[in-house]
Amino acid sequence: MSQSKSEAQAGSAARRTTPSGIEVPAVATPAMRRAPDDSAPGEYPFTRGIFEDGYRGRLWTFRQYSGFGSAEESNERYRFLLERGQTGLSVALDLPTQCGYDPIDPMARSEVGKVGVSISNLSDMETLFRDIDLSKVSTSFTINGTAAMIFAMYLAAADKAGVPRAKLTGTIQNDILKEYVARGTWIFPVRPALRLVADSIVYANQEAPRFNPISIAGAHVRDAGSSAVEEMGFTLANGLAYVDELLSRGADLERFAQSLSFFFYVHMNFFEEVAKFRAARRLWARLMKERYGARTERAQQFRFGVVCGGSSLTAAQPYNNVVRVAVETMAATLGGAQSVFTCAYDEAFQLPTEQSAELALRTQQVIAYESGIADSVDPLGGSHYVEYLTDEMEVAIEGVIREIADYGGVVKAIEDGYLQRRIARSAHERKSRIDSGESVVVGVNRFKNDKEDKQVGEVFASSASTSAEVMRKYEKIRDERDAAAAERALATLDKAARDHSENLMPYLVDCCHAYVTVGEMVERLKQQWGEFVEPVKL
Amino acid sequence: MTTQLQGKRILIAKPGLDGHDVGAKVIALALRDAGAEVIYTGLRKTPDYIARVAAEENVDAVGLSILSGSHLELVKLTAEALKREHADDVALFVGGTIPRADWDALKDSGVDCVFDSEMSLAEVVNEVARRLA
Repeated sequence: MSQSKSEAQAGSAARRTTPSGIEVPAVATPAMRRAPDDSAPGEYPFTRGIFEDGYRGRLWTFRQYSGFGSAEESNERYRFLLERGQTGLSVALDLPTQCGYDPIDPMARSEVGKVGVSISNLSDMETLFRDIDLSKVSTSFTINGTAAMIFAMYLAAADKAGVPRAKLTGTIQNDILKEYVARGTWIFPVRPALRLVADSIVYANQEAPRFNPISIAGAHVRDAGSSAVEEMGFTLANGLAYVDELLSRGADLERFAQSLSFFFYVHMNFFEEVAKFRAARRLWARLMKERYGARTERAQQFRFGVVCGGSSLTAAQPYNNVVRVAVETMAATLGGAQSVFTCAYDEAFQLPTEQSAELALRTQQVIAYESGIADSVDPLGGSHYVEYLTDEMEVAIEGVIREIADYGGVVKAIEDGYLQRRIARSAHERKSRIDSGESVVVGVNRFKNDKEDKQVGEVFASSASTSAEVMRKYEKIRDERDAAAAERALATLDKAARDHSENLMPYLVDCCHAYVTVGEMVERLKQQWGEFVEPVKL
Repeated sequence: MTTQLQGKRILIAKPGLDGHDVGAKVIALALRDAGAEVIYTGLRKTPDYIARVAAEENVDAVGLSILSGSHLELVKLTAEALKREHADDVALFVGGTIPRADWDALKDSGVDCVFDSEMSLAEVVNEVARRLA
């Protein structure tokens, strides 16, 4: 009886799909499930979360992506956020640091200290964490092309501060594969870049066992315009490529698999986003157990952080973004995220001000402490619609992984530009759906204000003298360091890079201790490995 | 599919180190759908390189995509490089994350039109077609 009634309702409405194209029933019923999954939270395949007690045991980590200008300016912002109850730091680095250019390099012209902080040598790293206890604060670095160098520098800074490496917690993003696909801070060709990633994972597992040496990041794939299904499919495929790389060099599966973590966007289609996280968690556990034979639960568990979707924010009517960020934070936490970065409402067009960054942090705190979301584990588990979507998303994500494997694997798909073209097309479709009004964006294609509404109260302005100050300090370090020691460390790195059985991390740490700069380390490796040649095809 | 830009050659370029190229690619695809021949430079190109390609390929327009906040410097350098290449008769467009407050300064540097990310593809194509008519 109720079944036929819901069928009638479904038939009466026009066909609807999620943004990824999954059919949305007018009313979901248990009969729509593909394979009922009665697993409990904390139990394989972890559909309902990796912890038995969900957020009761521990809330997610509150982070805010921040960093700009000089190490001094960023240090000040970090201490501001920590004083207001932020529980982890997230370091944004400027583009020269991300692409391996020192601040004085002609390629760095006009980019020093923009979109992130400039960190070219150990002195900058020490300044960045001045008066912050590295054994107490978990720090996440958004760094990929030069992740091994920045990680080495963080270890060197901890060494100098007398903090045991075993006490360090945090994450380096270190997902070079998605850089070729979506964000573009690649440096080396794919294969040597994969070696650096594997080196840093193996080294971190030994030296800093509580530190996450990689955060396989779908966020940028999504930001570049992919659908939620593609975001998960491409990212899990990248994750499998790292697993294969590590296994090919004999790394211990149970050990390294525990240290893999993931990072995603959360967008505005609330239920698809919740289902996306639940589906990926289940699929990853199955892949690790069934494909690779991972035995321990830790090695099967899918741990992830989330950032609110920058590309879902609008410069038009910017205060609407406060609401979007709240909805997205709820989707991320109902999906079981381990950490959340909330965006500031002004982030669609500028670096956040102190006030907008604080409001973003408060948004998480209100949801965590006032809404009751954290009280019961996986509160949407068992919802007919969420369980249906979880099943459908899992099948669709698995389909994308299979498609990439059929193409010849991630590395080939990147080198050919296949994944890049696929994302560009999805982005074009997404934009066209917004242009046509099929996808509603309030303030942009519906409920627009006629009058100019792009102004917000205060505009953040980084100090104009930042760049000159960064360069002055850079020159000073280069002048004052022991030049012979720096050259010796570089020569040893050079030699190690020629031997594929060597792990390059200890040599990079030595370089950092000798105040060798990021640009110098990168330049030396470029001479051996060359640079990635981008397949430019539309 | 329209033919608004039939016979026009347009260079879409990414100056500086900003690696977010999706906007550039989406615009490139839209311009191509409108009939233009589109060349895309790929990432991290210097203003000198962009101007050289513009001159060699004899394009009608150059579109720069910049999201890193370095637009004022990079646009000025590109406009100067185009002058050196005697290609300053080409139309110069810029899009990305460009605050309104900077639009006038960009126009003073030689930019014909600034596009923001919330404009529709049709609006962008129409505007390019109008400028190249």
